[in-house]
Amino acid sequence: MEKEVILQAVQERFQKDILRVDQQFGDDFIQIKKEILLPLVNFLRKEPYEFTLLLDLTCVDYLGDEERFEMVYHLFSLKNNLRLRIKARLKESDLKIASLTAIWKNANWLEREVFDMFGVHFEGHPDLRRIFMYDGFEGHPLRKDYPLRRRQPRIPLKKG
Amino acid sequence: MGKIIDDFPRWEPRRPIEGGFITTKFNELLGWARKYSLFHYPFVTACCGMEYMSAACAHFDIDRFGAGWTRFSPRQADMLLVVGTVTQKLAPVLRTVYNQMTNPKWVIAFGACAVSGGIYDNYAVVQGIDRIIPVDVYIPGCPPRPETVLDALIKLQEKIQKQEQEWRWKKK
Repeated sequence: MEKEVILQAVQERFQKDILRVDQQFGDDFIQIKKEILLPLVNFLRKEPYEFTLLLDLTCVDYLGDEERFEMVYHLFSLKNNLRLRIKARLKESDLKIASLTAIWKNANWLEREVFDMFGVHFEGHPDLRRIFMYDGFEGHPLRKDYPLRRRQPRIPLKKG
Repeated sequence: MGKIIDDFPRWEPRRPIEGGFITTKFNELLGWARKYSLFHYPFVTACCGMEYMSAACAHFDIDRFGAGWTRFSPRQADMLLVVGTVTQKLAPVLRTVYNQMTNPKWVIAFGACAVSGGIYDNYAVVQGIDRIIPVDVYIPGCPPRPETVLDALIKLQEKIQKQEQEWRWKKK
């Protein structure tokens, strides 16, 4: 199945909720409204598209933009040998998006990583807590406004 | 041909005198014994571990320097090798490991990350393990070559030989 057919089917199905369809770095991406993430993913996962593999899930901080955070999902179709990115912008005041843990098990730890590093809340995640940083760590270190030299040691350190 | 050999001084094998003895200082004897019997505990966290393995195995063979025996318990080790990046999350673990080692004990910071944090000047990494525990020898390099590791080991041996030895019945 050709990727143009898939993209056209997606646009016909979701219409206005698809904000942009374009290519970047050799792969297609779909910019969507965050509300349709789950329906879109379920749509793509079924036949005949079969994007059955969640390769990665991450976040980008565009500090200064009105919609500051951008979630990026990398999907892969084993049957059609196609890659597809889904992007959704989030406002800082409403930093929530649906969790994909019910669909893909590997989304669990990936979403915990994004929560740890960026502070995005995933609605429906069974165990949303930090995965890299330790308990008591304040803030989210991969946000662009996290101070570069801020250190939060767990034990008192000698000054060097 | 035969004449040349005759010109050489004759080599007489020394035989120990019966009931003989040697004199030394106890401190030096203890230092000599300790420097050639270092049991090491590798605290390996990152890519420098490959160079540690290379130094420890047959090609470079730290067994030649008496440090061949790796102990996987800090309680049985004399020399702590901190190999690789130590994060803030790991810092209490490293301190516990150091505290679990019995005296006498020595620490080697292996590689740029253990020495100074290396390229990782960020929220997660401790900027040198000497902020947590005392360090005897620093090995620079990212990663250091095994020769550098052997050089550090020899330097540590020199330090052990020269230092004031602690032992159980020592008068204080």
